[in-house]
Amino acid sequence: MRFLYGEMRLIRLNVKEISDIRKDFPILSLKVYDKPLVYFDNGATTQKPRCVIDEVDKVLTTYNSNIHRGVHALSDKASEEYEKAREEVRAFINAGKTEEIVFTSGTTGSINAVAFSFGEKYIGRDDEIIVSNLEHHANIVPWQMTCERKGAKLRVIPINDNGEVLFDEYLKLLSKKTKLVAVTQASNALGTILPVKEIIRAAHSMDIPVLVDGAQGIQHGIVDVNDLDADFYVFSGHKIYGPTGIGVLYGKEKWLTEMPPYQGGGDMVENVTFEKTTYNVLPFKFEAGTMNYPAAIGLGAALRYVISLGWENIRLREEELLHYATNRLLQINGLKIYGNVENKISIISFLLKDIHMYDTGMILDKLGVAVRTGTHCAQPVMDRLGINGTVRVSMCFYNTREEIDVLIAGIEKVKSMFA
Amino acid sequence: MTIDEVQDSIVEEFSVFDDWMDKYNLLIDYGKDLKVIDPKFKIKDFLIEGCQSKVWLHPEFEGGKITFTADSDAIITRGIVALLIRVLSDRTPAEIISADLYFIDKIGLRQNLSPTRSNGLLSMVRQIKLYAMAYQATSKK
Repeated sequence: MRFLYGEMRLIRLNVKEISDIRKDFPILSLKVYDKPLVYFDNGATTQKPRCVIDEVDKVLTTYNSNIHRGVHALSDKASEEYEKAREEVRAFINAGKTEEIVFTSGTTGSINAVAFSFGEKYIGRDDEIIVSNLEHHANIVPWQMTCERKGAKLRVIPINDNGEVLFDEYLKLLSKKTKLVAVTQASNALGTILPVKEIIRAAHSMDIPVLVDGAQGIQHGIVDVNDLDADFYVFSGHKIYGPTGIGVLYGKEKWLTEMPPYQGGGDMVENVTFEKTTYNVLPFKFEAGTMNYPAAIGLGAALRYVISLGWENIRLREEELLHYATNRLLQINGLKIYGNVENKISIISFLLKDIHMYDTGMILDKLGVAVRTGTHCAQPVMDRLGINGTVRVSMCFYNTREEIDVLIAGIEKVKSMFA
Repeated sequence: MTIDEVQDSIVEEFSVFDDWMDKYNLLIDYGKDLKVIDPKFKIKDFLIEGCQSKVWLHPEFEGGKITFTADSDAIITRGIVALLIRVLSDRTPAEIISADLYFIDKIGLRQNLSPTRSNGLLSMVRQIKLYAMAYQATSKK
């Protein structure tokens, strides 16, 4: 531990000071109710650095034009920048080909695309799809819809009281009927990390493909889809400091080639007649209509920003914040953390004894502290833990120890008001 | 007191405080005064949809007037419910249906409660008005 701390100090000498990092994010200097904003809702969406805001602004003010359409200069420029962003995403997650990178509206859009398209091609009556008990609704409901359409069944990997999947139970669920496994990289509600690499390996030993929901994974460490050997990897731009309205669907070429398009329209076609339409090549086959190219280009800027900070620096900062916050919170009488395990992202879900999560959230809000309360779009997790919801503190590298101190003082205030 | 007179007095009580913590403390106090619903009515039939904290609301129609009892599992919400009941309970259906609830805006509750909570508040008001409409319809028969 001491060595780790020493190592952190050493690394810090070469990295951007936190005060400088915070200056990159205009919104972080905001005041709410006359109090400095303490933004602990990064699990819902992250704030945007100036370079991302400027990039989107540049698209709209200097070369806005529909992509892949015109022969004119602006359209060429917009198309070129959009495709450059695709290449940046490919490199960021170490995918083999840009053809394997499909832009969507977000994680939800990506999962729905696979649920429909993969479902049409490969899923039939009495087949099974496996998800975990930790999934966000976005990685449950699209599969339920596929199951309903196809007469297939949804199977669920159970978890223990700490919010960790029971791997042996997962192995028991895998069978000849299993057509796909869809799991999250980390729980958005509790922060616990799933052993996705092992999950994939086990599925692949039976030739079952795996979709990884990276909505809570992409922003916390290196994602290497090649090393993971994921068949599909999906994430949202806005959770990794990029704009909203843009998401990524990575799919292995062999799947994307065989899967039918899920939306018809412009750009996804090769040749259209009333008798028969042929489809465009990958990845355009899955990009019908005008795509959100300003956001895609903005996402490219966000990825460059993250790379410039350095993964190791981000990881160490987030780990340090997580440990500090966990230790401070655990000192509070009557506070219980759900999913308090070693292997987790910088999310802490908790409840105060006899105090409703909304009362906690309301008071914290008035003190300038933004947290999320409720089920976090993961009701099955809450049902499993026998609670109605939690207060969720989700941190990232631009948060500080001082902000955690404000949170702690806020919780003490809550206790004094409602005890 | 008329509905508007009660609303005006609530607005006045809140106007004493500038600080939100004081306003919340006042809400918490109102919650303590709430005439709590009979536990047998704390069931799904009387649960209001749209509230992320649970709210149960039970109407009773007697002598041409509706009396409401309620409860919530969150204390701030219970305070808000208590305010609504203070304004709208023990009224005729016609009074409730035509009530213009301006006090919610005037004491800053709508802007200062989160959208989800605000939706809950609106659901409560809608449910109260629906009960009033239903009783009005049945009493006309």
